[in-house]
Amino acid sequence: MTRNRQMTTDRATDGGTADVLADVAIVGGGLVGGTLAVLLANAGFSVILVDRADPAAGLDAGFDGRASAIALATHRVLVAAGLWDHLGPRSSPIRDIRVADAGSLLFLHYDHSLVGDAPFGYMIENRHLRRALYDAQRAARNLTVVAPAGIAAMDLDSADARLTLADGRTLGARLIVGADGRTSRTRTWAGIRTTGWDYGQTGIVCTVDHERPHGFVAHEHFLAAGPFAILPTKGETGREQHQSSLVWTERDALAPALMALSDDDFLAELALRFGDFLGSLALVGPRWSYPLSLLVAERATAPRFALAGDALHGMHPIAGQGLNMGLRDVAVLAEVLADAKGLGLDLGSPAVLEDYERGRRFDNSLMLGMTDALNRLFSNAVPPLRLARDLGLGTVNALPELKKLFMRHAMGEVGNLPRLMRGETL
Amino acid sequence: MTAQTAPKTSSRPTTADDGEVARFQAIADEWWDAKGKFRPLHRINPVRIAYIRDRVAAHFGLDAGKTAPLSGLTLLDIGCGGGLLAEPVTRLGAKVTAIDAGEKNVAVAKLHADQMGLDIDYRHVLPENLAGLGQTYDVVLNMEVVEHVADLDTFLAASAGLVRPGGCMVVTTLNRTIKSLALAKIGAEYILRWLPVGTHDWRKFVRPSELAEGLAAHGVRLTDLEGMVFNPLNDTWRLDARDLAVNYLAFCVKDAH
Repeated sequence: MTRNRQMTTDRATDGGTADVLADVAIVGGGLVGGTLAVLLANAGFSVILVDRADPAAGLDAGFDGRASAIALATHRVLVAAGLWDHLGPRSSPIRDIRVADAGSLLFLHYDHSLVGDAPFGYMIENRHLRRALYDAQRAARNLTVVAPAGIAAMDLDSADARLTLADGRTLGARLIVGADGRTSRTRTWAGIRTTGWDYGQTGIVCTVDHERPHGFVAHEHFLAAGPFAILPTKGETGREQHQSSLVWTERDALAPALMALSDDDFLAELALRFGDFLGSLALVGPRWSYPLSLLVAERATAPRFALAGDALHGMHPIAGQGLNMGLRDVAVLAEVLADAKGLGLDLGSPAVLEDYERGRRFDNSLMLGMTDALNRLFSNAVPPLRLARDLGLGTVNALPELKKLFMRHAMGEVGNLPRLMRGETL
Repeated sequence: MTAQTAPKTSSRPTTADDGEVARFQAIADEWWDAKGKFRPLHRINPVRIAYIRDRVAAHFGLDAGKTAPLSGLTLLDIGCGGGLLAEPVTRLGAKVTAIDAGEKNVAVAKLHADQMGLDIDYRHVLPENLAGLGQTYDVVLNMEVVEHVADLDTFLAASAGLVRPGGCMVVTTLNRTIKSLALAKIGAEYILRWLPVGTHDWRKFVRPSELAEGLAAHGVRLTDLEGMVFNPLNDTWRLDARDLAVNYLAFCVKDAH
């Protein structure tokens, strides 16, 4: 009896026990962390999801009025997570993409029927994604949601990983996933450095109602200040095709003045860039602005730790790839972990994490590089560059095979796809 | 319980033992460092564990796809080293006994399994000594061992005796071919430096026919052979039944009667 008690004391002082134990602890309950939590829990992992915010608070439309472009291949990840039953009826397909350059008659037209019947992807309002995730998380049996909760410390060692909450509770896991966004604290604690730069541009995001139907066409206008994207979303009943989400890139110097304008004046500025091809415009809901910058973590993993989503690669939203990249992280990590579990391997071990690191490195650098190059090429009014890109757009349009490759890229179908993005199961 | 905890608690205050634990911890860290000197074993682990899981499950009529598919089976891992195979098969549900001729290996493996919270019966014993105790197992693993033993027939006799009638054995080893001399000996030790020079004695490599005959003499029948082939482009291993020239896997059964 004495000896047993002594042992208990030893274990406690060694810190060998945690208040909650799981296979995987995910920090950050956003769209990336939340989707990973649902996928892993449904695949039989015990999962803890920690978020500093109350999950129910994110369901309000005012919390996040943005919409996300989900590429065709990434939408399969949402299907696999069981979210599409809710999202399908609330999303708008993107059937065509038209790319035009200001002051040029040349434009690039991507018609989805050139590469099959499927759309390029879907536009979904983030509030619907949050609702679908919230419901799926409540239904998942092996998932413990710890929120709202602050994290005071993270400890990683060769044997286990531990989070200490602000209230003193400890959570132990074989692997901690940092999905806590661009300013990730878990990334700092794990000693992973980042590189990146600012573009001197601001992204202004808002939603408009337009007189004529969008016909499921997305438009990208390359203006001197940066790209201006019009993305078809699903409007209210009876006006399903009359709502679009805008991503308006503007120079940092001008953005605050635009944001400070009255709704009428803001709409007038917007209409100048939007054009009149969809008739008269009206603003729906508030506007947001985000400084544009690129941020890449130098590594995706540390012992018993992996990064996913914006914590791994915060990118310029020009190609609408931020969430797609995050969900691609989710698909690769879920596959690596499911394979490891099937082989009885230690989930947080270097041998397992190496496969994730390897699976993400090429993909991330490719996408970040392409997106960055596109922006630098198009956010420029220097005449020779203008001519080059005019010719570039015309050339891509004239070469069907090259155009198909670009289109498949927009659909997320290029590269070595994880099983979930090919429509297979874990 | 008392017997197991007594030495641990009483030894805690002495510095000598702390030094010992620290030394074992350093060796354990080395075994489990996927980029370190045991990297080849870590890279080959997924393909050999998958083979064990699928073949053993099929042999006993179990579903390899469900959680802990090897539950209910007793398994002996001969030549366990740091436990790189014993730990995964324990997580797959098997009740595992793991033995090694190296006393330090056993201590290191035990330490690591404790940290992982895995219940594995590690013993410093040779198979021929264990066979004398009359214990038999549903599954016996002979992974990367037969090419190292002093006397092949004595070793095969002892390990065959440890399989219960109706049970099975999985063997991985290196074939004795010109290709294996070039790749596994000269390539892996001298050129790629995957393994310390002198890890293998090519003359002790075992041909599949020799393995089959050696085991048959002791009532164990070889029923399947697969090659394990390394792809340098993506740094992974895969099975290939047509290429047995270097690394190969054998599945063997001991008939019930």
